[in-house]
Amino acid sequence: MRRFVDLHLQPSVKDADQVEKMVSRSYKLGYRLVGISLPLNTTRDKVRQLQGICKNAGIDLVTRVDLTSRSPRQLLDELRHFRRRFEVVSVVCASKVVARQAAKDRRVDLLSFPATSFRGRFFDYAEAKLASQASSSLEVDVASLLSLRGFSRIHFLSTLRKEVAIAKKFGVPVTISSGATNTYLMRGPYDCASLALLFGMAAPLALRALSEIPLTIVERNREKLSPDFVAPGIRIVRRKEGCPSA
Amino acid sequence: MSQRVRRRYLALKVLSEQSISKRDLVDAVWDAVLQIFGECGASQTNLNFIGYNQEKNWGIVRCSHSALELVRASVASVTEINGKPVAIDVLGVSGTLKALRKRVLL
Repeated sequence: MRRFVDLHLQPSVKDADQVEKMVSRSYKLGYRLVGISLPLNTTRDKVRQLQGICKNAGIDLVTRVDLTSRSPRQLLDELRHFRRRFEVVSVVCASKVVARQAAKDRRVDLLSFPATSFRGRFFDYAEAKLASQASSSLEVDVASLLSLRGFSRIHFLSTLRKEVAIAKKFGVPVTISSGATNTYLMRGPYDCASLALLFGMAAPLALRALSEIPLTIVERNREKLSPDFVAPGIRIVRRKEGCPSA
Repeated sequence: MSQRVRRRYLALKVLSEQSISKRDLVDAVWDAVLQIFGECGASQTNLNFIGYNQEKNWGIVRCSHSALELVRASVASVTEINGKPVAIDVLGVSGTLKALRKRVLL
């Protein structure tokens, strides 16, 4: 049975009530793993509190950070500081130079682009080639699609269709997330897959973008963040007594 | 002899703070279908509202088998009714009303 993942919930983390509502709705909709976007200065206690809320709802929490760097230098600094503190790192590519840097950096998991600024979406052939080499994914938020109307939505769908086709051509994985800020913008995985048909993603591909692809990202990162991780494919299986733990 | 028409029944649940009437729901879904797929697409759906329970906020719609994904995408795209935020979830899909009622326990 598929395990559905929503890697992008954006509740106000200070409001525990809203987090609880969104997490329990996620569970009802069929998701078993959710990523909550956290501010950079989130404390370990806050993360533990959120993990408790998710555990009570029967959901596995993934800590996620959205980096909105203005320059490649700033992006590199932020990645150095925050990569090991969060399980998933997404970069909101606001400029072309940041997009290129994010695409070629192996520490970046998700590339997301602003929905409202169509000139600000830089997912072209060059970006896709870099992203395929660094194994980062293109993220599509359903909430952006739901909140736009008329010409903006037409333009957005057309842009997404092009980006998904480019991603497919270069083998860049696509993940579909809700990007919801409240419960009304959350949709079930099969509804999201139907919405993905609007920008040219076939149902099997869309369902993979809602389950296997985000799950692979999370599992890969959890393995890397584990104290037993040495290098890809190498991990500590047993420690000799008396050896200090990592 | 003509081939039997294949249909799909969808159970919908409306999430809203206000009470939604059947008319509001029907208009919202039709508007969504028309906005996304236009009149030509809407004509292919054979969309029909079977029933609606205003107290429990659930309803059943029928559509053509081939237009299931169109209808599902349209239903998912509804974000407001009468200016108030709503979300419409598809609780289940079936080929017969009997099986749908049995599965979704309406």
